[in-house]
Amino acid sequence: MTAQLLYGGAGLMLFVLGIWSFLVHEPLLRKVIALNITGAGVFHVLIAVAYRGDAAPPDPVPHALVLTGIVVAVSATALALILGARLQDSDDDA
Amino acid sequence: MTDPTFATRPDPARAAERDRDLKLLLAVLLALLGVTMTAIYALALNAGAAPRLADLALARVPQTGVDNPVTAVLLNYRAYDTLMELAVLLAALLGIWSLGPAPAGFQRSGPVLAGMVSWVVPLLIVAGGYMLWVGGYAPGGAFQAGALLGAAGVIVRLAGDPQAGLPGEAAQRWLLVLGVLVFTLVGLGLMLFGAGFLTYPPKLAKWLILLIESAATLAIGVALAAAYVGGRPTATSPLDPRPSAQPK
Repeated sequence: MTAQLLYGGAGLMLFVLGIWSFLVHEPLLRKVIALNITGAGVFHVLIAVAYRGDAAPPDPVPHALVLTGIVVAVSATALALILGARLQDSDDDA
Repeated sequence: MTDPTFATRPDPARAAERDRDLKLLLAVLLALLGVTMTAIYALALNAGAAPRLADLALARVPQTGVDNPVTAVLLNYRAYDTLMELAVLLAALLGIWSLGPAPAGFQRSGPVLAGMVSWVVPLLIVAGGYMLWVGGYAPGGAFQAGALLGAAGVIVRLAGDPQAGLPGEAAQRWLLVLGVLVFTLVGLGLMLFGAGFLTYPPKLAKWLILLIESAATLAIGVALAAAYVGGRPTATSPLDPRPSAQPK
């Protein structure tokens, strides 16, 4: 129970820190990294929620959701990074 | 000294002060949010076990054709979800390609790095195949395997191949849609035989899932490597001064 609380609590902390960094920092790259940290916090919480004690196997449904979430996060990050790079290119041209 | 409220030009010192105040307010609000969420989370944990999907999901695993419950959830119970996830990956890559040709690659690696790459890349491909197979009964599966293939592509591009070792554009397009295509065709084929969309008959489930996962692995690996390349593949033009390094 304590481990579950610590792990999930750490996830919530990452979530809040990510939002903070996303709102406060101006550079696009930092915002993308911050959003990824926010997402990592959510994954932490989902994994912590999947724990059902030492006797029972963990709940596979949140695990599958996290796996799906990671792929979506990677896709969105890749697109955001390229968009940011193009934005910088067009700024340099101007 | 005029009253700053009526100053026409923003006073930088005052602006910085307001900025700091805003950040402080934000920090306080976010700290409150964090404390509230942690409290709710702790309360929910202490409330004890509510009925959840785990028991149902674990009880039906023998009928899903795989022994790993996470794979069963991904490829059987929530197969729609995984199909859409592949579509998201494809859409992200189309977005990247729509932004123009890929930026220039890196310079060709020296003999030491090139030698290491020729060792590591085949190893990653073999490890990817192992991951794909092991996903049937232990942690692993198409996404992990695809990630390893994508990592191989990243290494090849870092070592100087501008196309990250990927085939030509036409072949890349086919490989990219392969995951969604095979997934959808299997689903529609099952409908043709009277089952629901992506409702596998238990006897065939193992092989259908393996088929879908193999196609998905290739598609994910190519999509990740192509996303790292960062643009539409360009035919190496005669104007391109860099010789295109072929990966071993």
